[in-house]
Amino acid sequence: MADPMRIRANMTGDKVEVKVLMSHEMETGLRKDAQGKIIPAHFIRNVTVTHGGKTVLSAQWGTSVSRNPFLHFRFKGGKPGDKVTISWADNKGDKRTDEATIAGG
Amino acid sequence: MDAKRREVLKTGGGLLALAAASGIIKPGDALAQEWNKAAFETKSVAETIKALGGSGSTLSSAIEITAPDIAENGAVVPIAVESKLPKTQAIAILIEKNPSTLSAEFEIPAGTDPFVSTRVKMGETSNVYALVIADGKYFHAVKEIKVTIGGCGG
Repeated sequence: MADPMRIRANMTGDKVEVKVLMSHEMETGLRKDAQGKIIPAHFIRNVTVTHGGKTVLSAQWGTSVSRNPFLHFRFKGGKPGDKVTISWADNKGDKRTDEATIAGG
Repeated sequence: MDAKRREVLKTGGGLLALAAASGIIKPGDALAQEWNKAAFETKSVAETIKALGGSGSTLSSAIEITAPDIAENGAVVPIAVESKLPKTQAIAILIEKNPSTLSAEFEIPAGTDPFVSTRVKMGETSNVYALVIADGKYFHAVKEIKVTIGGCGG
């Protein structure tokens, strides 16, 4: 299991500002190790963010998203104390889900 | 016994497909399966647009790309895209000269700002396209980012 995500969800005006830092190597499958062997691709392919049972963002990623991916977006309809849930799944079947509570603005 | 097992498996699979088709299982539930492999294997901007269901795209000044002109480290290039197009449904980031053009695709439901910010890898200096699907139509903005140290090497 990968390390937990670092999530910040804050109110800015009537919107929830979400910033996420995921812990993932995001290996492209194009690099070689010291012995010249290809390092297999290992990367997050799907990210889903939900709030109150509703998807507020979903993403599909390729190998060119940076290592330890960062994501920032905003949505309406949240209030302080609500939960924001973020899940990712990678190409090897690893998954991780983390939750954050929306803080006041 | 084996034949019976196969029969059961077949029926089970059919049932699952039926459930998916009738909307009992929402696409979001099948997280791992929902990945557009063909789109992420494309090697040019035109191919990517096609793989994402478009036939072409119109240059739009209503899309803003916020990114550095020069990225010192190609492994970490911050890119933000904001669309002012009404009914923006999706935002994709395309890097023309990367081994695979499509970097990321975001689906923007109603209620979410047509804005995303992330960090991508760039192998060399390249045009970066922000592709926006709004009201079923395809639009884009483009910005060149110069890379001093590539992000895809060893």
